[in-house]
Amino acid sequence: MTYLAKPKFHHPEIRTNALGLTHRDYEGAISTLCAGCGHDSISSAIMLACFELDLPPHRIAKVSGIGCSSKTPTYFLGSAHGFNSVHGRMPSVLTGASLANRELIYFGVSGDGDSASIGFGQFAHSIRRGVNMVYLVANNGVYGLTKGQFSATADKGATLKKGAVNSDSAIDLVAMAIQLGATFVGRTFSGDKNQLVPLIKAAIEHKGPAFIDCISPCVAFNNHEGSTKSFDYVREHNEAVNALDFITARAPITVDYQPGEVQVVTLHDGSSIRLRKIGSDYDVHDRIGALAHLMRREEAGEIVTGLIYLQNYPTDLHENLNLVDTPLNELPDSELCPGSSALERINSNLR
Amino acid sequence: MPTQSINDFVVRFANVNGSGSASANQMFARAVLRMGVPVATRNIFPSNIQGLPTWYEVRVSGDGWLGARGGTDLMVAMNPQTWDKDVAAIDPGGYLFYDSSRPIPASKFRADITVIGVPLTEICNREYKEPRQRQLFKNIVCVGALIALLDIDVSIVESLIGEQFRGKENLISANHKALHIGSDWARANLTCPIGLRVVRSDAVGDRIFVDGNTASALGAIYGGATVCAWYPITPSTSLAEAFTSYCKRLRSDPATKKHRFAIVQAEDELASIGIVVGAGWNGARAFTATSGPGISLMQEFLGLAYFAEIPAVLFDVQRGGPSTGMPTRTQQSDILACAWASHGDTKQILVFPRDPGEAFDFAATAFDLADRLQTPVFVMLDLDIGMNHSLTAPFTWDDARQLDRGKVMTHDDLAAGRDFGRYLDVDGDGIAWRTYPGTHPTRGAYFARGTTRDPYARYTEDGAVYVANMQRLLRKFETAKSYVPGPIVQQAARSTRTGVIHYGSTAAAMDEAIVLLREAGIDLDVLRVRAFPFSDDIVDFILGHDRVFVVEQNRDAQLRTLLIAENAIDPQKVVPVLHYDGTPITARFIAQSIGALVADSHDVREEHLLS
Repeated sequence: MTYLAKPKFHHPEIRTNALGLTHRDYEGAISTLCAGCGHDSISSAIMLACFELDLPPHRIAKVSGIGCSSKTPTYFLGSAHGFNSVHGRMPSVLTGASLANRELIYFGVSGDGDSASIGFGQFAHSIRRGVNMVYLVANNGVYGLTKGQFSATADKGATLKKGAVNSDSAIDLVAMAIQLGATFVGRTFSGDKNQLVPLIKAAIEHKGPAFIDCISPCVAFNNHEGSTKSFDYVREHNEAVNALDFITARAPITVDYQPGEVQVVTLHDGSSIRLRKIGSDYDVHDRIGALAHLMRREEAGEIVTGLIYLQNYPTDLHENLNLVDTPLNELPDSELCPGSSALERINSNLR
Repeated sequence: MPTQSINDFVVRFANVNGSGSASANQMFARAVLRMGVPVATRNIFPSNIQGLPTWYEVRVSGDGWLGARGGTDLMVAMNPQTWDKDVAAIDPGGYLFYDSSRPIPASKFRADITVIGVPLTEICNREYKEPRQRQLFKNIVCVGALIALLDIDVSIVESLIGEQFRGKENLISANHKALHIGSDWARANLTCPIGLRVVRSDAVGDRIFVDGNTASALGAIYGGATVCAWYPITPSTSLAEAFTSYCKRLRSDPATKKHRFAIVQAEDELASIGIVVGAGWNGARAFTATSGPGISLMQEFLGLAYFAEIPAVLFDVQRGGPSTGMPTRTQQSDILACAWASHGDTKQILVFPRDPGEAFDFAATAFDLADRLQTPVFVMLDLDIGMNHSLTAPFTWDDARQLDRGKVMTHDDLAAGRDFGRYLDVDGDGIAWRTYPGTHPTRGAYFARGTTRDPYARYTEDGAVYVANMQRLLRKFETAKSYVPGPIVQQAARSTRTGVIHYGSTAAAMDEAIVLLREAGIDLDVLRVRAFPFSDDIVDFILGHDRVFVVEQNRDAQLRTLLIAENAIDPQKVVPVLHYDGTPITARFIAQSIGALVADSHDVREEHLLS
């Protein structure tokens, strides 16, 4: 029933953004996920991020694979095109779409089964290829649609509802993404809107492969005691490396911070991320340090969240392929077809 | 009696893979072409980089037959590993050319052939100091001796060398020298020419000499392809590589040098087709080049592209299957895997070019078909077409031709309030209108998916809605008949009740087989299938004959199966003629097989009358 239209009541004083749109213009169909599903919070955060960034919704392309997570693009940005592809293959479809038209924003939504199991290869290769995208994994550690089997991100020793214990090692997609060359890597929690929304905003503005692992508890199959992906467990073990505010290039800087308390990272388009430091000195540009930190905290049973790694001036696939500025899907026939005289020359070289 | 033949014989070079013989062999073939005499060349090579045996076959045919003939009149035996087999393969009366630097026992030769020994190694060791030069120039010295033996004009080869190494004077003079060492030695020490001779003719005309993979790559450029995603696999690799090199020349912005093309060597075939589907959904013309194992891996995506109706072009350069099969041998054995690709009920569009010339045309057309019909289109090549150079009509392009983007709603269409239903059949031809992502702020967006949906692209599991959509897809497939290349029919000179159907690379051998059969008193009407869905003309052809042979290069008569299944043809009427040992089908094979089948049926009829 994903096509149910939402009622369109407008509060007379509803907030509008620079495009004159309200947050309702960023909504999609009514969610058919379970009540309380973490994924719905992610959808809300995406809508809010796009609204606050003043993005025209139709200039975003939503691409997903198969699974609960991959259903979510129906539930946000209803006036954007979406593509619910095949299981584990969102990255390749998104890559092709991105090659066809470099001007749209590509938002890939995947899950832990979709990206860490069946699509592990495509996850890896799309990132190492430098596709300009937001790649968000709604990570709950289980297969929801098939009723609760472990996924490859389930922690070793975690238990299922009926008591089965996971004996396989967990895949940490964040560590993988850093190793594979993602230039923006964050982890967050669907229950922490204050961290989730600015992280999505910054990822959208980032030019290059931006990966977000969003732990998103499955209320139906993985929110019990013994789960390491439950709301309670994640809240108790959440170890944020920073708190971030995303500031667009257009916004005036109004908030003052104490020196040493904040790191301002300016992005390619002039926008900036302000990272408020929490606890230890954490350098978001230190790739090796990030990996070491992840592994140390994991040993201690903690879940590292926040903006974990950022490369300031990345190159992306479009640059690597030296593509023309005009989207390939807009090139006129005259710029595609070399014509009969060129063909004559080719013929004469083949005699 | 040594074979005497002018402009009609087969030369076979037996070489070791990686010895640098390939370019010298091709130079020999081109020299015959420059004499105005058609050649058909075929590379028979192993799945190996260096060290294993490889053969290069040059069929010299003044009559212009381009199929493989079978047999060997002159064996250039340069590979000790395969000596016995190579000597045995020479037709009686034929010739053996070999390197006589080392003595070979008399028992290793045959009495019924002419043996021509040239001490190639000895000559090269005397003339050249460096080991590398000795090896490289040995191939050219060999060509020099051969052209003397076959009476080919040495100045023709000199100019070929000049063209090949244009601007590199050192290389030109060194190769000229080697060429003359060979031809001078042959003239001084051997009887030149032998019974096989090349005599100047004008049977080549303005035809070009090119392989089907290169031709297809050029067709893709002319057809407006901008995205190529591929994974290396024999025998399709050279298609993507040719696309890459021609794009750099033909598709770079003259001012900025930026690329109007994107080529991704993906991690596997799944990603390749995924990239193609993503690009096709977003309005770029995209393709992949692959072979049988790749087609197997792409099945799930092919179902998605069929069902979500996304344009995609696939070049399937078929090789011997199943599984890894014979990776460097030719077959037409992916017909059913492509026609019915993916689970569930599907029917995919296939086109069957006969040679590089048609591969160019069909490649360009495939992109129009894919956009017009919003579905995958398979260009069914095979190793024989794809990797072998063949004489073919020059490529042509009509500059007035426009790319057919099919039914795409624009911003203005949407702004004007046109009703948009992504799967809504407004024109009655089964083809709905589509929009590219990002077209209009509030209209025209839809969710592409592999799940069932209604005409407005809204998810549903309603059985009636599902059936209506599946029926529309059948209507679309029916519409496709009027867009795909139609069959080519060639009536026999005398009225006959027997026909023959063939497709793809079989055509070259079939042209010749028909003449051989006519000479044997068997008249056949011929139909060449050029696409699936099958046009009604194909069905009419079968119904209009008592018996129709279907000649294919696979074990299970796959096209015949498709003909029977799709058109309710009586299986008794269509008789399979199958060649699938991995070598290209020959005219001799077709003529003998059909000749035997016709003779059998005469016997049966006579027995029937007697009993």
